[in-house]
Amino acid sequence: MKRIEVIQNIMEANQTIAGRNQKLLNRHKIAAINIMSSPGSGKTSLILQTMARLKGRLNIGIIEGDVASTVDAEKVQSEAKAVVQINTRNMPESCSLMAAMIEPALQEMPLNDIDLILIENVGNLICPSEFVLGEHKRVVISSLPEGDDKPTKYPLIFVDAEAVIINKMDLLPYLDFDIAAFRRSISGLNPDAEIFELSCKTGVGIERWCSWLLQQAGSNPTDR
Amino acid sequence: MHELGITENIVNIALAKAGEAEATKITQINLVLGEMSGFVPDCIQFYFDSLSKDTMAEGAILRFESVPTQLRCRNCSATFSPQDTLWSCPECQGRSVEISKGRELYIESLEVE
Repeated sequence: MKRIEVIQNIMEANQTIAGRNQKLLNRHKIAAINIMSSPGSGKTSLILQTMARLKGRLNIGIIEGDVASTVDAEKVQSEAKAVVQINTRNMPESCSLMAAMIEPALQEMPLNDIDLILIENVGNLICPSEFVLGEHKRVVISSLPEGDDKPTKYPLIFVDAEAVIINKMDLLPYLDFDIAAFRRSISGLNPDAEIFELSCKTGVGIERWCSWLLQQAGSNPTDR
Repeated sequence: MHELGITENIVNIALAKAGEAEATKITQINLVLGEMSGFVPDCIQFYFDSLSKDTMAEGAILRFESVPTQLRCRNCSATFSPQDTLWSCPECQGRSVEISKGRELYIESLEVE
């Protein structure tokens, strides 16, 4: 019987590939945003609104992660420069995208013609928080019908996010969502996170979010 | 829910390290798992038993050392364990905290023959 010291991070394989993805993105001056939320919070709606607002200003590539179907890819197809659908059903993880799934997706995209890649993760507040993909920023959407306690119940995903979006603000009069309490939880867990209140339905607040994205893409629209 | 991928990593790392040490059998893998990480030990063991079949890791026991969550107050630097879901500092009642322990996920050592 012998004991071998190892001390090796089990997530290292994912982190190595994520690093490779980010290098490739940087070489092409592409900003990549990992959008995470529970199912039904409005990830696809946000992507559609964003593409409509940024049309002619940024060339946007979309990576869609879903357990099954191409429903989301079909919805975003017409406005995007390139769309790759990843179905995680037959992959080692079905509940989250992983860096090894993004790598081949990037190979399929015309990277020279893209300024910004929006990655729509699998709808889930737990698993995606464990896997970096090579993205530059992580964004979590929480929508009003989910309740204001999500940061308290699922802290990890909010701890690592650079931006938090409160979606479906048009429903505020009908729900008991306490915006101040939600903001307090976020600033406690993650004081540097940007918080955006918006509605993908009415378009309120989308402009500020898009300005933030333009900043991330390092792109001044008048320069294009 | 998302244990299969990381279990593959555990098997790969263990086989590589044991191979380097010219071992013929892995009897135990000692893992350190933070309480905050969403991984379930029983689930990892279940996948492990199937993934390690016909390798020198077959039959190995996975031993998990759990690291309790520890938070640090950004205001007064006190460290404390979270009470329920409320992450407020017991010293200054501050609500701005960071996770100082509880996100670990690594292989600490192997026992081999």
